[in-house]
Amino acid sequence: MTSRKGTLYRIAGPVVQAKGIDATMFDLVNVGKEHLMGEVIQIEGDITTIQVYEDTTLLRPGEEVVTTEKPLSVQLGPGLLTSIYDGIQRPLPVLVEKMGDYIRRGVYADGLDFKKKWTFKSTVKAGDKVKGGDVVGTVQETSRILHRILVPPLVKETTVRSIRSGSFTIDEEVGKLADGTVLKLHQVWPVRIPRPVSKKLLPHKPLITGQRVFDALFPLAKGGAAAIPGPFGAGKTVTQQTLAKWCDADIIVYIGCGERGNEMTEVLKEFPELIDPKSGKPLMERTVLIANTSNMPVAAREASVYTGITIAEYFRDQGYSVALMADSTSRWAEAMREISSRLEETPGEEGYPAYLSTKLADFYERAGIVNPLAKGIEEGSVTVIGAVSPPGGDFSEPVTQNTLRVTKTFWALDAKLAQRRHFPSINWLNSYSLYIDGLEDWFKSTVAEDWRATTGSVMTLLQEEDKLMEVVQLVGKDALAPKEQIVLETARLLRESFLQQNAFHEVDSFCELSKTYDLMKLILKFNVLGQRALTEGKRAKDILATTAKDDIGLAKFDKDYASLLKRLDKKMDQEFNSLR
Amino acid sequence: MKEYKTITRIAGPLVFVERTHDVGYGELVKLQLPNGEFRSGQVLDTSKDVVVVQVFEGTRGINLATSVKFLGNPIKLSCSEGMLGRIFDGAGNPIDGGPRLIPEKRIEITGAAINPQARDQPADFIQTGISTIDATNTLVRGQKLPIFSGAGLPHNDMALQIARQAKTLGKKEKFVVIFAAMGITSEEAQKFIKDFEETGALERSVVFLNLADDPAAERLITPRMALTAAEYLAFEKDMHVLVIFTDVTNYCESLREIGAAREEIPGRRGYPGYMYTDLASLYERAGRIKGKKGSITQFPILTMTGDDITHPIPDLTGYITEGQIVLSRELHRKGIYPPVDVLPSLSRLMNLGIGPDKTREDHKQVSDQLYANYAEGRDLRGLVAIVGEDALSARDKRMLHFAEAFEDKFVRQAKSEDRSIFETLKISWDLLSSLPSNELGRISPELKKKYYKGKDDMQADEPAPAQKDKKDSTEKEKEATVGKAAARTPAKAEQDVKKTTGKKASKAGRKPAKNTGKKPARRKTAKARALKAPGSKVKKRK
Repeated sequence: MTSRKGTLYRIAGPVVQAKGIDATMFDLVNVGKEHLMGEVIQIEGDITTIQVYEDTTLLRPGEEVVTTEKPLSVQLGPGLLTSIYDGIQRPLPVLVEKMGDYIRRGVYADGLDFKKKWTFKSTVKAGDKVKGGDVVGTVQETSRILHRILVPPLVKETTVRSIRSGSFTIDEEVGKLADGTVLKLHQVWPVRIPRPVSKKLLPHKPLITGQRVFDALFPLAKGGAAAIPGPFGAGKTVTQQTLAKWCDADIIVYIGCGERGNEMTEVLKEFPELIDPKSGKPLMERTVLIANTSNMPVAAREASVYTGITIAEYFRDQGYSVALMADSTSRWAEAMREISSRLEETPGEEGYPAYLSTKLADFYERAGIVNPLAKGIEEGSVTVIGAVSPPGGDFSEPVTQNTLRVTKTFWALDAKLAQRRHFPSINWLNSYSLYIDGLEDWFKSTVAEDWRATTGSVMTLLQEEDKLMEVVQLVGKDALAPKEQIVLETARLLRESFLQQNAFHEVDSFCELSKTYDLMKLILKFNVLGQRALTEGKRAKDILATTAKDDIGLAKFDKDYASLLKRLDKKMDQEFNSLR
Repeated sequence: MKEYKTITRIAGPLVFVERTHDVGYGELVKLQLPNGEFRSGQVLDTSKDVVVVQVFEGTRGINLATSVKFLGNPIKLSCSEGMLGRIFDGAGNPIDGGPRLIPEKRIEITGAAINPQARDQPADFIQTGISTIDATNTLVRGQKLPIFSGAGLPHNDMALQIARQAKTLGKKEKFVVIFAAMGITSEEAQKFIKDFEETGALERSVVFLNLADDPAAERLITPRMALTAAEYLAFEKDMHVLVIFTDVTNYCESLREIGAAREEIPGRRGYPGYMYTDLASLYERAGRIKGKKGSITQFPILTMTGDDITHPIPDLTGYITEGQIVLSRELHRKGIYPPVDVLPSLSRLMNLGIGPDKTREDHKQVSDQLYANYAEGRDLRGLVAIVGEDALSARDKRMLHFAEAFEDKFVRQAKSEDRSIFETLKISWDLLSSLPSNELGRISPELKKKYYKGKDDMQADEPAPAQKDKKDSTEKEKEATVGKAAARTPAKAEQDVKKTTGKKASKAGRKPAKNTGKKPARRKTAKARALKAPGSKVKKRK
């Protein structure tokens, strides 16, 4: 005889204990008279420990605790896009309606609108064979996204008994399968369990970010995982937001995890106004926002990344490429630490729980480019970009280190560059991407045959500059050999006219690959011509005095960059030809 | 209401009570000592067996015979507009000898998180009258911008100056200042109050004082009291509130003290693992709410232990707040007040509060340019220490001198000097005009034309069309003369004289031939201005 009800025994902050309840790990429970939402996180004999997603002030021992016998889940269906949720998928606008300007407690809100009617078009007919994950119909959710309605993933192969098109709410029956499964426009999935796929594939195409430093030097693959660590003020959030705005994924899931309220307000205000340059549609139409600011309950913060990635996986299963930004995973790790310390678990490094690395690995492993269950859909991907906020900017701390073990792209933010107003302040010497090899073919066939060689030369020059700068610090620029002076100048051009990118400029904020390539080529050309001129006995002073190179940077801000670059290319040739 | 005499353990600020009824988490507690004295506290941990109470006024004098009463509700603050002009202790009791406050409303002090959906974006420029804040690290209404200071630095003077001077442009609205002192010495507290009284600021202030010898546990509720008062005045009484905390470091020490007394597992440097969340529950109470007229702006002050910005307190603060103002011991030693080091300082919301409608159209570019040049000049100081100033190129020397002048003219100001943003921008342009125009790469040509007062003889090196160059130059000359008339200090005047002569020379030099005339002119203008190599001077990108 199991008991669904128990009583509260102890309350200490967001962690409470109950007695006399037979719950299962990670079951959702209602706590106390106000029915606060909580989740079972430890069971020890008669005592069940629960983390509560809401403020626990004035809870008393003896109050009732009831288990729902279901794990924490999200509602998946039309209406997700353009939504903004808290960490446990409660829509924030609904919360404002229900409880005013502040987040109060004891309010339940559905993640999806159960009243709204959607136009459903079935794509199968009675008698068709289907299995879990297959598409049975579509709903045009926003003007740019066709929401595919899927058979719940765990259904075994069966046939469609009935199906109808028309206008339905997400809870109405649209069809039935032979095994008795009722088809609705929405389904429910527990957040802590990855949604099944048919096969994981090797990443083979890039997530184009429109940011030169990423696309050219440290590319991220669709289905890959990247970490952006950086001390405060280095530009993590701006970078994340820029990626959310311009990267070429179909769907964006943006998780503000334990970050600033005003920052989320900025996102909320800005995103609906932004227009996608490619489709001309508002960017918000492909975006799901999750905002759990730093002062919202810590347990909900812990849940927020799972909520986000489950939504991302759901769109992946429909065949979309999804990019998930988590800002910041350090806050998530801290939420784990806080809960862990309340449980009085033996801590690992720096007070973080010993299972930190497992949890991080589990999370990043949910990224990937896959062959979804649905037949006829070849690919879907979830790309995860996690910001990390290392204390004091020290990358040797546990969250950064454990993240690096599972991510293959590392974009190191540098406070020094930020202080110099070099944005995006990505340190080109510390960053790396392990996808370069895997993506080589793609770039070769899509952009240019010599893409890899070009980006390689850029990296070499930048590294050479770093070495030369050490010498310059000691003896000054004039002491360098003419050859090295040209290298230094080329590197400066690369930094200023190529790597630096203005996230707020209407043209420069997004840079297509061809433009990235052309800019690199022209700057490298200066080096090649310069070095050749030296061997022909020309003076470094005169080479450095040529002016075509100085205007390359202007192409960044020019819509018609191609003709400008062509002009400069010609001018550069002329200048070198007329060197005496 | 039941009274218990079942205390079983007393440790630090904590009292453990057994065999109680079901006590709520966070409930307010009243304790009566055997000598009749009352203390108050709060439930930190409650269960059927034992209730842990944190006593705000400390546990001295409490024994097992002390009786405990649980009041059934959380801590609340009595709020009314009568709070203005009053001084309270850290627990919210008036200590200025005035009458009892007649509360209009009693509000829970823990506060709730503002729904991000309900927040309104900060947008209004606050003029503090301090150049290093107004021009380069602009404060915006609804922002939280801490001062990272060190022991012995004049952060309190700065806080007072800001409290006195902060206003918005145009309407000249004054702020209501809520001042929460946490663990500061009584000497410092008296200085604050004296200043508040003398300047008349007290009338529009609410002061909460938790002094260094007041109990640590009380320190944890002082800022919450202050913020509750702030929320009441801002969102119910439509006032613009500036909250000043000093010193957050003391607050965090108390947090650690309580954590240790509860035998919690410590995080970094012994501070509790939940310190980020706890600090966020304070800082995040700044902001604006849609449809409400008032706003809360926070100015927390913290002293960095050993001037270490990576210490957990400034580190976690920096991750929550929207920027930081960093004070520098080096500048302080040089006798510069306010010793704000603009390089590590940052205001994340700056762009929301500046620009043509808010301050002036050149604000952003001027700030970027000052920043870039000062950074370069500062870097060169390190080099000079190794190779000596003579080894520098002319350009480097200019940058070095710019950094000196920047600290002396721009950063330095008197404690009572209330510079308007326009004065600050004027000083900025004076400084920038000491550099050749083509070295101001972050300022657009249009703005240079309007505000730049220096000579741009360096442009002679550029193969720019002669016609246009000439026209520019005459205009600049006019401006330079104006600048001269406006010169206030002798040093400045001297500079301007130099400029004008330089201009004439260069103009004269231009007449005979476009290129040959330049060199003598330049040699005449400034001894060391000749370029290291004519070609190395590259026009910077815009």
